[in-house]
Amino acid sequence: MNATTIPLRQPRRSRRVLHLALILCAVGFMGLFLILPLATVFVEALRKGLPMYLDAIAQPGSLSAMRLTLWVAAVAVPLNIVFGIAAAWSMTHFRFPGKALLGALIDLPFSVSPVIAGLIYVLLFGAQGWFGPWLEAHGIRIIFTATALVLATMFITLPFIARELIPLMQAQGSDEEEAARVLGAGGWQMFFRVTLPKIRWALLYGVLLCNARAMGEFGAVSVVSGMIRGLTTTMPLEVEMRYNEYDHVGAFAVASLLAMLGLVTLGAKTFLEWRHRGELAAHAPGSH
Amino acid sequence: MTLEIRGLTRKFAGCNALEEVDLSIAPGEFLALLGPSGSGKTTLLRILAGLDFPDGGEIKANGRDLLSVSARDRKVGLVFQHYALFRHLTVAENVAFGLRVRRWRTRPGRAEISARVETLLERVQLAGLGSRYPAQLSGGQRQRVALARALAVEPDILLLDEPFGALDAKVRVSLRRWLRGLHEELGLTTIFVTHDQEEALELSDRIAVMNRGRMEQVDTPERVYHDAASPFVCEFIGSANRVNLSRGARGFAAAEWMPGPAPWGDEVDRAIAYVRPQHLALDVSSAAGQRGWLAQLRHIYLAGSVAHLELDVPALKQQLEADVASEDLPRLGLRAGMTLHVSPKRAIIFPASGSEPGAETRWVWNGERAAAVVPARGERVVNGIF
Repeated sequence: MNATTIPLRQPRRSRRVLHLALILCAVGFMGLFLILPLATVFVEALRKGLPMYLDAIAQPGSLSAMRLTLWVAAVAVPLNIVFGIAAAWSMTHFRFPGKALLGALIDLPFSVSPVIAGLIYVLLFGAQGWFGPWLEAHGIRIIFTATALVLATMFITLPFIARELIPLMQAQGSDEEEAARVLGAGGWQMFFRVTLPKIRWALLYGVLLCNARAMGEFGAVSVVSGMIRGLTTTMPLEVEMRYNEYDHVGAFAVASLLAMLGLVTLGAKTFLEWRHRGELAAHAPGSH
Repeated sequence: MTLEIRGLTRKFAGCNALEEVDLSIAPGEFLALLGPSGSGKTTLLRILAGLDFPDGGEIKANGRDLLSVSARDRKVGLVFQHYALFRHLTVAENVAFGLRVRRWRTRPGRAEISARVETLLERVQLAGLGSRYPAQLSGGQRQRVALARALAVEPDILLLDEPFGALDAKVRVSLRRWLRGLHEELGLTTIFVTHDQEEALELSDRIAVMNRGRMEQVDTPERVYHDAASPFVCEFIGSANRVNLSRGARGFAAAEWMPGPAPWGDEVDRAIAYVRPQHLALDVSSAAGQRGWLAQLRHIYLAGSVAHLELDVPALKQQLEADVASEDLPRLGLRAGMTLHVSPKRAIIFPASGSEPGAETRWVWNGERAAAVVPARGERVVNGIF
């Protein structure tokens, strides 16, 4: 044996077994609870062939559900961007009474069951609700319309962007904003030239999560929707309705579309992380 | 720009960050705000920059009220402690920021902005690095980018918050000499915050020593070092031996040392003398008639050109530190363990009120030699004898 060869230290046998067991455990769970159901969705949707699948998707009910889902997300997400930035900014830059309460309230939609969130809206805006008679008198209908879907979706997705931004803004501090002010920048200039670029990746990440949830939300939306096909059924509701009508292929076809939306979101997130990895690493908090 | 600060007070929850601070700054002056952390120096700087507001007092810039001007319009250049460079912008974009955000009426054209950025980057010795991002620069380079960015808006005052705090020792020394040179070149009124006395003594025209939100002394580096106005300044600047004096039958004394008639009335019966290590005279002869305290030399710490001696003085029940030039060690025959006599050559003495010494009246004691220091108002220079 060559005297200069140093044998690599092998991990002990028991440790290797442990490593293997842990990895298998994680992969097993992933397969059983994530990949298998996802695969089932597509398998069930295509069970009766591609033409049936396409036919199920092309039905007016599916198309209007898709349109409504996109519309709800297109309204709820931008409003949540505004709220998320405003909440994160005030949580990290100002001191005011009730700040701790605001921090706790932002998390409320996480802790309250979505069904209860929906019921709250029915109690507030429904025909027998607090504002119901007044709204009725002025010819405004909220419950069982698309407006209610937007409201319920906004409630559910409220924390996503703010929760993504608050820790980042806390870590970044406000030195750069102060520097911008001393250099003569006005409020909007400071926001668009300094704050927004600082938080853009976290914001985008929050928007993706928020969007995924806005499209997939079922519980709160089902309470306020009234399930009027073609008018107030979003894709998750359409899935349930078809399933209850024993239209398996239809239910899984719409479900497969929803799953694809989720996969696209995941892909976009991964792509962004890969595309901007250099920048993200260079700009990570604490790197200068 | 002339700055006049009068009675400036800033309160934070429960404590005073600034208490009735008065300070005037002459045009072109290089002033250091020196103090331990929590002394209010950064608060004062932030108020000057318009990032914080006082609870009382006023600031006049060339006779005009500065506090009513927003941070945006103050024409103040501020270099943050951790530079606060815009991490998503290149070096050149960072420097150009202050020009680009100007209202369109006063905003220079693209070509002029890039020309000015080039000039500034050359001035801070960063020519050619304009397209880098801050994360790709060293600490010293970032600091100079921050400086160039602050200078780009042609400020009337330049404020620097711990400008060298985040740099390693070697870069720090070269950068601060460079900064002093730049100041002489530009003649810009400059205020910098530091907790490093060496930095303040080396760089500034005047030092404002702050403690617990109050101005302890505002003076030239020489006077702050040699003629400390308060016990705090004595202890904070340089090192000083603290010796307790009490009033006996023949005046104030600390064991064998009697500095002579005190400038205070009988109501003061205790005092504290501050003696710099280099103001302790050592007597190693064994002849009779030696003066001062008998001391044992515990250790000799050689620190380059100076040697610090640790002396144990039984009569005072304390240790004293004395400094001698390293080359004098063999001449004096100093070695650890020997006994010798030690006596102050110069001391600044304050009456002790309660447990803390007060700054009411200062007694500058210059040994047996004639008074070398011209007494300022409210103080007397007294010669004492052993």
